[in-house]
Amino acid sequence: MPELTFLDAISRGLWEEMEADPTVFLMGEDIGAYGGAFKVTKGFLEKFGPGRVIETTLSEEGFVGAAIGAAYTGLRPVVEFQFIDFIACAFDMIVNVAGTSRYRWGKGVPVTFRGPWGAGGRAGPFHSRSIEMWFAHSPGLKVVAPATPSDAKGLLKACIRDNDPCIFLEHKHLYRRIKEEVADGSPAIPLGRARVVRPGEDLTIVTYGMMLHRTMEAVAALEGRSIEVLDLRTIYPLDRAAVVESVKKTGKVMTVTEDTRTGSIAGEIAAVLCEEAFEHLDGPVVRVTSPDVPIPFAPTLEDAVLPSVKDIAGAADRLLRY
Amino acid sequence: MYYFLRLTRALDERAHVLQQQNKVVGGLFSNQGQEAISIGSAFALEKRDYVAPMIRNIGTVLVRGHSARDIMTQYLAKATSPTRGRDNSQHFGDVERTGVVAYISMLGTMVPVMAGMALGARLKGEDRVALTYIGDGATSTGDFYEGLCLASVQKLALVVIIENNQYAYSTPTSKQSLLENLSDKAKAFGIPGITGDGNDVLEVYRLAKRCIEDARAGGGPQILELKTFRMRGHAPHDNQAYVPKGLIEAWRKKDPIGRFEAVLGFGEAEKAEVGARVAAVVEDAVKFAEESPLPDGKEALQGVFEDDSIVPFTPWWRRDA
Repeated sequence: MPELTFLDAISRGLWEEMEADPTVFLMGEDIGAYGGAFKVTKGFLEKFGPGRVIETTLSEEGFVGAAIGAAYTGLRPVVEFQFIDFIACAFDMIVNVAGTSRYRWGKGVPVTFRGPWGAGGRAGPFHSRSIEMWFAHSPGLKVVAPATPSDAKGLLKACIRDNDPCIFLEHKHLYRRIKEEVADGSPAIPLGRARVVRPGEDLTIVTYGMMLHRTMEAVAALEGRSIEVLDLRTIYPLDRAAVVESVKKTGKVMTVTEDTRTGSIAGEIAAVLCEEAFEHLDGPVVRVTSPDVPIPFAPTLEDAVLPSVKDIAGAADRLLRY
Repeated sequence: MYYFLRLTRALDERAHVLQQQNKVVGGLFSNQGQEAISIGSAFALEKRDYVAPMIRNIGTVLVRGHSARDIMTQYLAKATSPTRGRDNSQHFGDVERTGVVAYISMLGTMVPVMAGMALGARLKGEDRVALTYIGDGATSTGDFYEGLCLASVQKLALVVIIENNQYAYSTPTSKQSLLENLSDKAKAFGIPGITGDGNDVLEVYRLAKRCIEDARAGGGPQILELKTFRMRGHAPHDNQAYVPKGLIEAWRKKDPIGRFEAVLGFGEAEKAEVGARVAAVVEDAVKFAEESPLPDGKEALQGVFEDDSIVPFTPWWRRDA
């Protein structure tokens, strides 16, 4: 089994879907001969040709709209944003045209919007954002955020095969930092299901993306404590049942998100637990998040904003002792 | 063509009566005086082509094969309407049967979307043309530029008809652009742009045909500006007090139906014969729409995703204690 980086796994997933389904094609800036800003599509132009690897103008709203139109003709476009922050430029097209299309007139939009996401790279306010809740809050869109190479590959395949629009978030800080053995031709992984990364009895930590890795480091530091870690993998639809089931067992829950505090998925999880598992809670539902600030540029500033391993371990320890 | 001009006008007039009777749900966006653009251009398309009509392009959807019942049930938000009450007025379509794509309220969005339909057709080896309409106001949107920017370098078979009715709600075209002819915006993309008389259905047909066939032949996107005038307000609540005196009367003399009747040499007998046919179709549509039920509230939860189980709504306060 080949050992793949997070980036390679995404690239392989795309490649296998394009080989398997001639209706899948790519659109985005610099994705052809250059191979994309992060080289996810390196070699795709040579293999699949300019008909299926379409280099676009610098116009996010324009090429997202074109992807929706191509989907209306029966194709399955996969759109790359150079940085997921730039999806803001195509917001109208995604939330108003794509997200409502099936509901309005029965026409599904099988488009996957993907791109490098998240902070930690000293990339400043416009290359580091957590954009997931902009779309999780807008009906008709699925939002997927894998944390491991095998999940990235399998979930990307599921997004491409899905008949509704999916936003697939690739944490760029993980691109070349983590590796895992992933089989060639590995299957799609169903959307909307969280994964128990490690089982535990005394506390549930719910997280996703890069924060899963920081959470695992924090849990390792809290040696001897029985902590269950849940990787959401999909932000919308949220796997409510998995969260509720875990908390029924542990009685305590903490969410860890890189996303800013107000309106992050952490708040929705807290609300779900208040309604669905109130009598099982033995402590406050604690949120470890970034504060409501743009992601700053300087290393000292960025580190002050993002939840650190120490923050996570400290919060978990305190909640365990509650 | 004449039949569709009359049918479109009659539906609009009847819809305004229903609106006065409080039977129309939401807004009503008249196309009176602008019918020639919809109908002339729809006649110039081939059956296999795609088209995204704006809210005032009722004539286009009728020519493409949607019925008067579709129009009336949409206005009345009935369960029998094409969107089953999900969206209003001319926000519906059927890609497979009529090639019509549902427009949305954010104007300009359909330029990139229709560029994508032309792209999709090309990737599949089909020689379909995609056509959409855009108002004078919406040529100020980023979508107009972004869509044509992509379509031009990709040489997509896209035709954009600028339906210049001189007002975007209350804003005159002079406050949108310094250009005399909005088709001059074509120069920004290095594509052809022409301007014609939008109240002459035969000229519309001729110019649209030329643009459509040039696009189909590989000439890339085409801009066709057709000048007309919005004879009523943006919607019934708008009395158009901002329109200078005399302008509406001047344009009434250029009414596309009267001009086409003159070309056809129609006398009262011919007009009455078509009028009677049109009246029967309109009355059938109104009767059908009025007798149709409103959609069941439970249906509001269905169809957001292919898998309806994704949107459960059984809140705590609705459950058995």
